[in-house]
Amino acid sequence: MKKRVFHPCGNFHENYADQLKIFETDYGRFFAAVGLIVLFGLAPFISSPYFLYILNSIGIAAIAAIGLNILIGYTGQISLGHGAFFGVGAYAAAFLAVQWDIPFLLSVPAAGLITALVGLIFGLPSSRLKGLYLTIATLAGQFIIEYVLVHWEDVTQGTMGITLPKANVFGLEISGDIPFFYVIFLALLVMLWLAVNLVRTKYGRAFIAIRDNDRAAEGMGIPIFPYKLLAFAISSFYAGVAGAIWAYYTVSITTEPFNLGLSVEYIAMVIIGGMGNMSGAIFGAIFITGLNELLRWAIDLMMNMGMVTQTGLNLAPLREFIFGLAIVLFILFEPRGIAEVWRIIRSSFRLWPFSY
Amino acid sequence: MDFFIQLVVNGLSVGFIYGISAMGFVMIFKSSSVLNFAHGELLAMGAYIFLVLVTWAELPVYAAFLLTMAACFSLGFIVERLFLRPLIGEPLIFVIMLTVGLAAMFKGLILLIWGGNLHTFPDFLPTWLSLSWGSVSVQPVYTLALVVGTTFLVLFGLFFKFSSQGIYMRSVADNQRAALSLGVNVKKVFALSWAIAALVAGMSGIILGIINGVNVHDLSAIGLKVFPVVILGGLDSIGGAIIGGLIIGLLETLTGGYISPSLRDVVPYIVLVFILMVKPYGLFGQVEIERV
Repeated sequence: MKKRVFHPCGNFHENYADQLKIFETDYGRFFAAVGLIVLFGLAPFISSPYFLYILNSIGIAAIAAIGLNILIGYTGQISLGHGAFFGVGAYAAAFLAVQWDIPFLLSVPAAGLITALVGLIFGLPSSRLKGLYLTIATLAGQFIIEYVLVHWEDVTQGTMGITLPKANVFGLEISGDIPFFYVIFLALLVMLWLAVNLVRTKYGRAFIAIRDNDRAAEGMGIPIFPYKLLAFAISSFYAGVAGAIWAYYTVSITTEPFNLGLSVEYIAMVIIGGMGNMSGAIFGAIFITGLNELLRWAIDLMMNMGMVTQTGLNLAPLREFIFGLAIVLFILFEPRGIAEVWRIIRSSFRLWPFSY
Repeated sequence: MDFFIQLVVNGLSVGFIYGISAMGFVMIFKSSSVLNFAHGELLAMGAYIFLVLVTWAELPVYAAFLLTMAACFSLGFIVERLFLRPLIGEPLIFVIMLTVGLAAMFKGLILLIWGGNLHTFPDFLPTWLSLSWGSVSVQPVYTLALVVGTTFLVLFGLFFKFSSQGIYMRSVADNQRAALSLGVNVKKVFALSWAIAALVAGMSGIILGIINGVNVHDLSAIGLKVFPVVILGGLDSIGGAIIGGLIIGLLETLTGGYISPSLRDVVPYIVLVFILMVKPYGLFGQVEIERV
């Protein structure tokens, strides 16, 4: 029988494979398993429809945020067009489902691939340059995609929006919050598994090398531009998949939500959750989605109590201000995000009472 | 033909405004190679401060203008001190993300204080500033912009070329660590460049406010339109910003006039993508050559 690993009291890695392990201790594996059982076995049945809706939103946001984290946290490039790529995924899935009757299981990955292709078109010009030109190109992408979504009416039906058919998996019809909960979180699990393992491969290590020092990476024989482009395509793929699932979930989609504000929201998720840490993207998605709901609730409460009577004070500006403030504070005080805070809390429990 | 000439004149006027708006942006990029995503909000800050001083405090225009300039200068100083100073020496990606956060924060703040409605300045420009030849006419505000813009352009050109502070700024932009080790006071350079950039932004915000009225959504959109302008002109060239602005403005009005008004706001970004493909360092930007 394999020796169980609980709390190593030092660094006892014997080979490189040892260092690359996802779960360092069997405790970690145990808690992950328990977490999954609670998530899939318990959570959908004990939570109210409203809370389930929040959970589903978190799941979708987390998929997109993981993609952005591969780009920002691991490759060191910023995308300001993630919201638009999310929209491309949504519209691609809608188009495939409505016009060509492509089933759910095929249209979601296909939408991801289409989004990755669109991403490549905008990534290509900037990839010739060093520095953060990709940021500027994706800013352009954001505006051009928004324009195309509104004006290419043959495909997107403009401001009218598209209504999607019900999702269908192996003859089972998926509608309502609980079935979607399973679809979303299974997708999240698969995408997370892919991302975690991607980072452990040659490609992931190349991304990290480019982030840390592009000249040194080039010196070690990593072709920088193809790898940057690859990272960008992968990140767009994630956005596309998330968008596609979101389109099926909300049933009818319009062009409005995919604006620059959404892109900034995703950036906020990655920064606040923790750059360069897979759990960070999930923490970020939870934090931002939770914050959104909390603010909505607080404003409602203040309205009811009569503290806010002025109609000018509504949700959007306050939300924008708080998001900005959160980004700024996290960068200044905890640049590695909630994931790092979580690690500190965990290790202080582990080391208690000898916390040095 | 008259339509065409009027479009060209309009385009050049709008473009010059874009160029002036871009100057503050280039200023920050030149001294710290930071892409400032909060530039539009700095423009808006200037416009709103001026608005308050003119309409609420009812100060005379000259006093209000000078006070706004002073306020913007201090605002740039404070922003640098509070938010950017702690990040000196950190990777650039953090600084740029910080400006994204600052942009959201300022925009939210402005919306909370002043709301999203359109405000207008009282009309204070003398009519003798307006120019006209035949059927083509230029509004007084554009003449003002031309005068102010050219003044700032010349001042900055001289500043970067000859003053020691300007040379420090260029050295910091080129290589922060090398500049630090050669005894350049990087903190001072950053503080000064943000203060000056905020001042220029405030000034362009006022001019934009005279033209379109003051609205934070419009102004922050112009802050993003600065990107095509500076990429076209070359990220680190102040003169290039003006030329880039003129070209972008011209393209915008011509597209709006002849092709479709809705395409107008997207054309700059399409140009941006093409420029990145064809001439990535812009018309006047310095081509980076890396030696190891």
